[in-house]
Parts: sequence; structure tokens; C-alpha cells
Amino acid sequence: MLTALFADVHSNLPALQACLRHARERAADRFVFLGDLVGYGPDPAEVLDVVVGIEGAIVVKGNHDEAIEVEPKTRELNDLAYAVIVWTREALPAHQRQYLSSLPLVVKETDVCFVHSSASRPERWEYVEDAAAAQRSMEAAGTPYVFSGHVHNQALYFKTPAGKTASFRPTPGSPVPVPRRRSWLAIVGSVGQPRDGNPKAAYALFDDVAETLTFFRIPYDHLATASRIQAAGLPTMLAERLLRGD
Amino acid sequence: MLNGLTPGAEIDGFTLGDHVHGGAMSTLFRVTKPGLVCPLIMKVPRVGPKEPREAIIAFETEAMIVPTLKGPHVPAFVASGALEQTPYLVTEWVDGRNLEDMLAGGPLAPAEVARIGAALADGLHSLHQQDVVHLDVKPENVILREDGTAVFIDFGFAHHARYPDLLAEETRFGVGSAAYVSPEQLLGTREDRRSDLFALGVVLYEMATGKFAFGEPDADVRNRFWIEPVPPSALAPDMPPWMQEIILRCLEPRSDLRYQSAAHVAFDLRHPEQVQLTERAAKARRTGIVAHIQRFLRARAEHGARLRSPGVLLSRTPIILVAIDTAHLDDERHPAIRFAVSQLLTFSKEFRLICLTVIPPLATALDHLVRLRTWVSPLGLPSQRLTLHAVESASPAEVIADFARHNNVDMVVLGAPSEGGKAWSQSVASTVTAKVRCSVHVVRLKRR
Repeated sequence: MLTALFADVHSNLPALQACLRHARERAADRFVFLGDLVGYGPDPAEVLDVVVGIEGAIVVKGNHDEAIEVEPKTRELNDLAYAVIVWTREALPAHQRQYLSSLPLVVKETDVCFVHSSASRPERWEYVEDAAAAQRSMEAAGTPYVFSGHVHNQALYFKTPAGKTASFRPTPGSPVPVPRRRSWLAIVGSVGQPRDGNPKAAYALFDDVAETLTFFRIPYDHLATASRIQAAGLPTMLAERLLRGD
Repeated sequence: MLNGLTPGAEIDGFTLGDHVHGGAMSTLFRVTKPGLVCPLIMKVPRVGPKEPREAIIAFETEAMIVPTLKGPHVPAFVASGALEQTPYLVTEWVDGRNLEDMLAGGPLAPAEVARIGAALADGLHSLHQQDVVHLDVKPENVILREDGTAVFIDFGFAHHARYPDLLAEETRFGVGSAAYVSPEQLLGTREDRRSDLFALGVVLYEMATGKFAFGEPDADVRNRFWIEPVPPSALAPDMPPWMQEIILRCLEPRSDLRYQSAAHVAFDLRHPEQVQLTERAAKARRTGIVAHIQRFLRARAEHGARLRSPGVLLSRTPIILVAIDTAHLDDERHPAIRFAVSQLLTFSKEFRLICLTVIPPLATALDHLVRLRTWVSPLGLPSQRLTLHAVESASPAEVIADFARHNNVDMVVLGAPSEGGKAWSQSVASTVTAKVRCSVHVVRLKRR
């Protein structure tokens, strides 16, 4: 089965559509959303319509999704992010707000754990930015594969035969062998707000039969999203950020 | 027999033939399968609670990397079995001579060292171009085909730039073979392709002198940070200075002082007259004790911290071949080609420029070499980046294409047919473009 993994869509409809199209062309069988469908971007309602319309999609909750319903603690979101949350609350109808609040923090299958941040205390929204954090998440999940977002840059962590956790920077488009007898944690990258200086959208495809994981970077009309951000009256900096990809 | 495998047994449709080799890590069998005519070999790792853990990791690494490799310098991949069920790797059986067996008879003549050395460097260049560093280059892991092509086997320690490295962070094993291992590998660096060039230097040294550059494998491997090998010419008196230059440059403890590309090593081994000699070539004996202590202190200061990873890309070490027609001194294309070359060279730090002219039979080569030098001198290139060649032949396109193929050239630069000259389809430029496997830059004059 070929699973498409999307994280941090952040209300960016053109980016989501470009990634979905790319995954469907490659005959992806199912679609998983690893949290933060909303926040930062101009099209929260349209993004939610698309996601809800995908049959069999798995969706977990991110910290921006949670903030729609629960007032975030001051440390959890910066001013810019919070301003967009306030705007998004207004932009979403009640049923969509309810949908977001109904999302689970973690979805676990036999071999795979889907979670927005870390499988170790996911409600704390820890950033998995180094091998130590990755190891905590892998151990808490207890599955050979953990797929997450929250951190916007693509990364792959794995247990070495010596029992240490090593990190690996994947090359987009090049399938990486991920045999299930080792533990793997992939940060699939952000669909809607890349931050590595490259404006292309990020996502990944997981083939559980071939045991490969392929990271992708997909060009999309980021100029369109940037102008929608400005048209919606959201902070200009968020539009500029999409143009630079940071 | 290991894992209960005996000749005649069957695994996934492969019938086991003769048992070839029983190393510490794996067992090898000749195998056959209906429908496959090429001779095959199956490697079965030693798996089990009592077997070394390295065997599994080496097998996993090899089974991941070998299927991705292409070309004549690696055994062609045929099939592999999952580690959980029946782990095995089937590849082409490479017919040829193992380099270790060839060296059993003692050192080789310089011409032979150069020929085999260039074949090894070609093979390494091919691996490096495929994002793989072998990291265990030694005579035992080389088979020379009938036609002289070197094939590298055993990728159990190898590193692939686009795959997770199972041996990353591994300190207890996975550092290659003691006699050949590079200093940076000992510090845990696994992504530097120049590590293979260090090992190649040890192999060249061994081929030429019959000795290990850094002593027997049981010596303290850290010695290569500061010990300067005995100059090979002291052990092999008929060794020409250019060969000592090449070998000692490969053996520099700092990877940035070595050759930066295997293709450059191959080129120098094939063009001895073009090797830029330095003090390395003239060394007659090892440096004295004071200098060694200095080297030791310098190494300690430098390597107190881990070596920085190199990040040198193959694209920054290109070999560029430019073909100039020196028969016509007033050719309008000459300055245009020079301008194109100067632009290409601005992108790379560590390049080689080969200037080639094909001259009619019985012409005086020296005159044409002087013309070539005159053509290239405005570029102001350091002489070690530059080689000049005048080749006699009536078919220039053939010569240019052969030269490009044999020297791992990354780009050919040449002029378009002059106006009123040959039709494009008949031109040297079109024939070369069709024959070479690299990029071709055809320089055309703009007409008003």
C-alpha cells in the first residue's frame, strides 16, 4: 500500500492541491494528514473541505488545529501565529471548528504511528529537532515507523545497529530503503509553509510493501497563496515568507 | 556447512554450485538458475546468535547499495533475499584475476602499476559519480576483467550519499581494513570520497614496492596521521619521479591536499609527461625524526576535533577537453572558444583542462603544441591544471571522442563548422556530439 503523508498544510490550498495531484499520479492508496491543517494561510475552510472529502483519510490534530478551540498558552504560539488563529476562528463555520476539535492526537496501526509532534506526550507539542527527541518519540510509539510534522523541514531518523539514533537528510525524489526491522521516524516536511529557503511544498510517500520512503518537493503557485494572504488582510510577513520559503 | 547450505541445495530458484569462499562475514557459492546464462555468485551472510553482528550490517549495507550500482566496474546485481527470511545476494560472477593474487608474485613494473592503477581510478570515479564511497579499497576487493577493467566487490562498508548510513555513529567496526584505511575514516568520517583515493595510494604503493605504506596491518593504524611513508622510489629504484608524485599525493594525511577526484588520478597515470612534479617526486628518504614530531603535533592539533566533512562535489572537479584546430592560425573561432572556456572554468575550483589538437600525419607536433600553448596562455591557468596534446590522425572526430572517453572527460568544448565549411551533419562537432557520453559545448560565432 502506498501512503501519502502530508503535514503542516497551514491553510495553503494551492500547495495542498499540487501535492495531492502529485501523489494521485503516483497511485497513492491512502492519504494521511499529520496535523496543522490550519493557521498561517488564507484558505482554512477550503483546505478542510478538501481533506474531509478524501475518503478514508487519516487526520491527526496539530497545535494550530487545537488553538482554534482551546485558547493556547502564551508560550505555545507566537504573536503572528496567534493573530492568524483569531482570524481563522472567524473564517470557519461551526461544523468545521467542531471537526478540528474532534481530531485525535495520535493514530496508531500495527507498524505505524501518526502524530503531529512527538509520540512521547504529544499534547506538549515538543519539536523533534534532534536525535534525542526522535529517540524519545520512537520509543514512546513502539512501532517500527513514526510519521510526524510540526518541524517544517524534512528529516529522517533511524536506530543504527549499535542502538544509537542517527539522523539523515533525504534527497527529494530518491526512494530511501526503510526496512521495518529498524525503527524509523520521518518528519515529512511542510506542505503549506516550507522553511528551508526553498518555496516548494514538501510531502512524502511511504510504500509498506517495498519498504521505501520517498520525500518530495513540489512546485506550486506560491505567488497565488501569497496574494490571497494579502487580500485576506493577514500579516504581509506571512506572504513574504512563502515567497522566500523561510 | 553454514546455515545448512550445501551444493545442490535450492534457494528461491537458484541452485547452489561450488562453495567458493568462507570468510568471517559470509559464504560464497557459484549458483545457477534456469533462464539466466551469465555465471552467477551468491553471497550468504553468516547470521545467527553466535555470528558477528557486523556480518548482518555489512550484508544489509551491501544489499541496499549493490542494486543501485551500474556500469562495468561493479558486479551486476541479479537478486536478493530478505534478511528476515533467506538472506542472500546474487550478482554476476566476475571472470578475471583478483588483484591480491596478482600481487602474490611480488611488485609490478611501473608501466603495469600505471595501467592497473588507472583502471582502479576509473572504477572509483564511476562509483563516486553514483554517490557511493567504497571505503574498503584493497587488492582483495578488486577483480581485473580480461579487458583490463577493474571491478570492485564487497560493498559491506560502503557509504551511499542518498541512503541512511547503517554504520553512522558506529565506532567499534566499520572502519575498513587496517592497512588501507584513511585517517579521516578513523575519525568516523564516512562520506569523503577522497578516503578511497588514500586507499588507492596504499594499493599503488603496494603494487610498486610490495610493501604496505604504513606498515603491516597490525601496526597502530593511527600512525597515518603523522608517519610519512618511506618514499616508494627508495624501495623500487626503477620508479619514475612522476609515479612517486602521484602515490604520495594520494597518501597525504589531509584529504584536501590529495587529488580531489579519482578521474584526475587516472588522467595523471595515463599521462606521466603531464604530471606536475613537486618536492614529493624528489624525496629519496623519509623525513627525519624532528619533522615527524612536527607532523605528529600538527596532526594532533588538527584532529583534536573531528574532521570537517568535505562537501566537495564532483561537479566542481570537472575534466574539460577543448579541441582547437591549430592548422589555421587565423581561425576566427579561436578567441570565441577561449571565451567560452574561460566562462566554464569560473564555476569550478578544482578543474583539469585538456587542450587537444589533431594534426595531419607527418606534421611537426612541436609546432602545434606551441600554437596550443599560445592559444591557451591568455587564460592564465596554473600549469598543473592544464595539459596539451597534439595527436596525429586523419580523423579528428574519432580522436577527440576517444580522448574524451578514455579520460573521464565531463565536457568537450569545440567549434561549430566554419561558415562555408562542412555541413553540420558532416562536421567534427556533430560526430563528436554523437559519439561521446558527456556534454558537448559547441561554440558558434555570432553573425551580424
